Amino acid sequence: MLDKIKEFASEFFVTGDPLILGAQVSIGLSLVAIIFVLTFFKKWRWLWTEWLTSVDHKKIGIMYIIASILMLFRGGVDALLMRVQLAAPEVEFLQPEHYNQIFTTHGVIMILFMAMPLMFGLFNIVVPLQIGARDVAFPFLNSLSFWMFFFGAMLFNVSFIIGGSPDAGWLAYPPLSELSGSPGLGQDFYIWGIQISGIGSLATGINFVVTILKMRAPGMKLMQMPMFVWSVLSSCITIMFAFPILTVTLFLLFIDRYLGAHFFTLDGGGNPMMYINLIWMWGHPEVYIVILPAFGIFSEIVSAFSKKKLFGYKSMVFALMSISFFSFFTWAHHFFTMGSGANVNAFFALTTMLIAIPTGVKIFNWLFTMYRGRITFTTPMMWTIAFIPCFVVGGMTGVLLSVAPADFQFHNSYFLIAHFHQVLIGGVVFGYFAGLYYWWPKMFGFRLHEGLGKWAFWFWNIGFYVCFMPQYALGLMGMTRRFNAYDFDMGWQPLNVVSTVGAFLMGIAFIFQVWQIAHSIRFFKKEKDGDAWDGRTLEWSIPSPAPLYNFARLPQVTSQDEWWEEKQRIANGQPAKPLAPLEPIHMPKNSGIPFIMSLCWFTAGFGFVWDWLWMAIPGLIGVAICMLARSFSYDTDYYIPVDEIERTEAALRGTK
Amino acid sequence: MMRPFLRVLTPVFIMLMAVLLSGCGEQFIVLDPKGPIGESQKDLIYFSTILCAVIIVPVLILTAVIVWRYRDKPGSKASYKPNWEHSTKLEITWWSIPIVAILILAIVTVKYTYALEPSKPIESAKAPITIQVTSLDWKWLFKYPEEDIATINYIKIPEDVPIKFQLTSDTAMNSFWVPQLGGQIYSMSGMAMTLFLQADEQGSYYGSGANFTGKDFAKMTFKVDATSEEDYKAWVDEVKATSPALTMEGFEKLTEPSTSDVQLFSSFPEGLFQKVVMQYVNGGGGAHQHHGSSEAEATGTTDTEAAPADTTESHDHNASNTDSNTHAGH
Amino acid sequence: MAHAVSNPAGAHGGHGNGHHEEHHDQESMKMFGFWLFLITDVILFGTLFATFVVLRLNTDGGPTGAELLEMNGIIISTFILLTSSFTSGIAVLEMNKGNKRGLILWLAITALLGASFIFLEVNEFIHLVHEGANIGTSAYWSAFFVLVGTHGLHVSVGLVWMIALMLQLSRRGITPVTKRKVGIISLYWHFLDVVWIFVFTIVYLMGVM
Repeated sequence: MLDKIKEFASEFFVTGDPLILGAQVSIGLSLVAIIFVLTFFKKWRWLWTEWLTSVDHKKIGIMYIIASILMLFRGGVDALLMRVQLAAPEVEFLQPEHYNQIFTTHGVIMILFMAMPLMFGLFNIVVPLQIGARDVAFPFLNSLSFWMFFFGAMLFNVSFIIGGSPDAGWLAYPPLSELSGSPGLGQDFYIWGIQISGIGSLATGINFVVTILKMRAPGMKLMQMPMFVWSVLSSCITIMFAFPILTVTLFLLFIDRYLGAHFFTLDGGGNPMMYINLIWMWGHPEVYIVILPAFGIFSEIVSAFSKKKLFGYKSMVFALMSISFFSFFTWAHHFFTMGSGANVNAFFALTTMLIAIPTGVKIFNWLFTMYRGRITFTTPMMWTIAFIPCFVVGGMTGVLLSVAPADFQFHNSYFLIAHFHQVLIGGVVFGYFAGLYYWWPKMFGFRLHEGLGKWAFWFWNIGFYVCFMPQYALGLMGMTRRFNAYDFDMGWQPLNVVSTVGAFLMGIAFIFQVWQIAHSIRFFKKEKDGDAWDGRTLEWSIPSPAPLYNFARLPQVTSQDEWWEEKQRIANGQPAKPLAPLEPIHMPKNSGIPFIMSLCWFTAGFGFVWDWLWMAIPGLIGVAICMLARSFSYDTDYYIPVDEIERTEAALRGTK
Repeated sequence: MMRPFLRVLTPVFIMLMAVLLSGCGEQFIVLDPKGPIGESQKDLIYFSTILCAVIIVPVLILTAVIVWRYRDKPGSKASYKPNWEHSTKLEITWWSIPIVAILILAIVTVKYTYALEPSKPIESAKAPITIQVTSLDWKWLFKYPEEDIATINYIKIPEDVPIKFQLTSDTAMNSFWVPQLGGQIYSMSGMAMTLFLQADEQGSYYGSGANFTGKDFAKMTFKVDATSEEDYKAWVDEVKATSPALTMEGFEKLTEPSTSDVQLFSSFPEGLFQKVVMQYVNGGGGAHQHHGSSEAEATGTTDTEAAPADTTESHDHNASNTDSNTHAGH
Repeated sequence: MAHAVSNPAGAHGGHGNGHHEEHHDQESMKMFGFWLFLITDVILFGTLFATFVVLRLNTDGGPTGAELLEMNGIIISTFILLTSSFTSGIAVLEMNKGNKRGLILWLAITALLGASFIFLEVNEFIHLVHEGANIGTSAYWSAFFVLVGTHGLHVSVGLVWMIALMLQLSRRGITPVTKRKVGIISLYWHFLDVVWIFVFTIVYLMGVM
């Protein structure tokens, strides 16, 4: 019996690597610590009623952001491990298998479990406030989306210590990712982790399209929406069209692996190239899904801190929408070297270049928003200003890559790696950081320490250039991505060492950010006014953090930058709008179903990974029961009475 | 706030420059091509870089100027127009700037896309030499059907002679890349890709498998030696005289996941390349089944009928490749 | 829902009207959300159709669709499913007349037809497996089973959902909420019908011809 358990455990847990053993021990210890703290302070009930079952978009947003910062930490540690290995390949710091796992998880985590949830977090917190709504269109579905993401991410991450990590690259090209190439469980964790969180993302896409189209405050026309809302709309429409393709692709790969089908196998008439096409038909729009909201954030910030209206609003909207449209017609530029022939390559090279046009126009519009403005250098604005040159250069190398015949020399090299890190860090990460700093006071009711934020900013930026500029050079020196070791003769080592130094500078920057948050909590200073930055849009018209119902009275919107105009009107001595009488507010009730249902999905996924039907089937039945339970529950909402609203408002505004 | 950082920044940049310069020149192998294909690709890289730079350098300068001039300081004399949000003239200007640039680049790109189509033969008075490339886990097998020799992880070619590489893979997709000769192309199982390259100068060039194929793919680097035609002929004769033959059993051993040093073979089983290409067609999982050489011939020809079944939709462009290639080498 | 409306309305008088509108908004918003979901489902099926078309000739030397697929059964299935779409339409008409019993009856007939469709499909699959074509036989059959099976799975989910809805209707009658729910499921049912017409054409008709 004991032997059996031992044998099982050695298969179940990843063993034999001191790094992983360390991680297992620390994960175990922190779990114990968390459970202890929650029990000691009697916080279990609080956790359940206030957070796990919450359908409040603001709380869900905060949970998204916390999860994404944890994932940023893990993805970042992966990156540092890779950089250490590449700086000194002769030391064999990581075994090849381990290195392959790390670059795979780094990619998946950074895109799907860091960028996406950080983006959804900002959607959740900002969109309803900016359009003057009290919640998203489907709060229950919103909570479900979050928990699906969360449990999907956990399922993916657990493979690190249980069963083994995936190691076929972040997009898992078959036949390498088929059973023949990856017989281990890592690839199954990959499929189920991404699949479960992907369904959540799809639901979020639908949710926000409906929210934006149907729940705007009275009077707000589409062409009066804040630019961030437009960017969310374009991003969510892209999600709606792209994510079903991912769902199908992963499902087919799963069927191949689990039931022995032949979609992408080498034998049986399967077609691995079809996978590569399908995954990029999702994968390319995916990068636009994460960059478009960053564009929206920059638009908001650049206008707020230049104290000036956003320049070229209509152009900006048109650019967003056309980028989202064209993003579906460029996928093959990820494999110009597949020998698709000149016609195909020429077509996809042109569509790729086409996207550079609206993107370039946006840069000019941001510049001319600053032009004749009054720029203040707060942290959000610094990230925005740093973004422009970074993205311009990253965009330019992107155009170079789109030149199909030249791409034959760039493809799969460090030039490509440097390019996409430059647009993803310089664009997406800088953008979301800017957004996080900008809306932080709105989320929590206090500001982050500016000085520490600036230290973090400079470390991030310098670290970024030191890390990635050498990689362009390495690409031109012929260094291929995903190499875990290289010949010393090639002369790649000095630049690799420089690049590693840069990566550690970014690591230090992250520590500064954690310190900044801790410091700001320690020296908590309540925001007295909801309008932290003298903002322009509706979210700044209400107290920070916003009350449960956001707006006691739904605002009447007459212009773009409604709150700014309102402040101008008051400053000019015009009478404030008369206040309508308060009315009871209709709100959704909290529900435990999303959490339980996602837990059931996790159970089912885990069961399928291990091929334990005794676990997978009850998991799926649990999912079905949760759905039915939801369908049969009619008591899903309630009203906040007027006197309660009056009390809350008095308390919030009374501190003025 | 800025100044201390600049002080940190300067030595970092100087270090960076020093490192870059010390390694400069021949180490940037992509920019130091030794063949016509690589040469055209380098020209294209320079052209597109300069074209993009013409636009982005002014943009970067403009950014710096605007950010500096319109910073908020007491008593700023710069104009402030908080409601200025639209100018048709300006917007037309910056819609047209990228449009014009992209138009120029697009024309050049399309022209070069056709000119540098990898399966297009290189014009030359000399007849091309065929090398059949098979990516295995984790080594490259190169076969010279005309000379009837084979190598592992090593290529020797004569200078100034076009080389027709036919590529396939035994398992996962790899990518055959010799930067100084020209760009890469995928090697994929179940089909044969064609890539023409040529070395204009004698020398030893670095080559690698550029697409991830699992555990030891980093060990799939190889050397391409370009020599004079006489030296090349002498080398072929030497290989024929001194090296062992590659048998079917030997090949099967090679397909097992492992790395390998350079190996040379004086001959190889006939039709091996076609067999590797066709191993997954018509099932039977016949990856490692034995066929007589005549049977292989038959498979090779009948497979041209079967091939379209495997080459639908996204890669019917390859159908023609597969067609011609299954006959090549006979 | 009714009680949710009446409570505060009773407490604060005069606002009842506003609440009613709010509910109306909520229901129409859910309907809109479902339309968007259908768009994503179209993409999902579109991707599956694309894979089927790419793999339609990859039988790998094994049996082809033309050899094994039997059109007679499929034509009956198609007829049944189309009829069920019609009956679900009648159910909605009954609902609009306010006839709860008629609504439940026609929904039950729809579900029964749907169940017989699934029964025939399962039989067909069993028959095919006996004939030596299962999901692992070749890429063609993988694509066949997954495409047709995904449609079947959608129909099955619809059945469970429809039964749940009938229970809710019998308990709560026709309210704005149940009305919206019936509207959504009949939309879903018509959608699956349209998908089936494509399956029938592309997989069966074109496969056999």
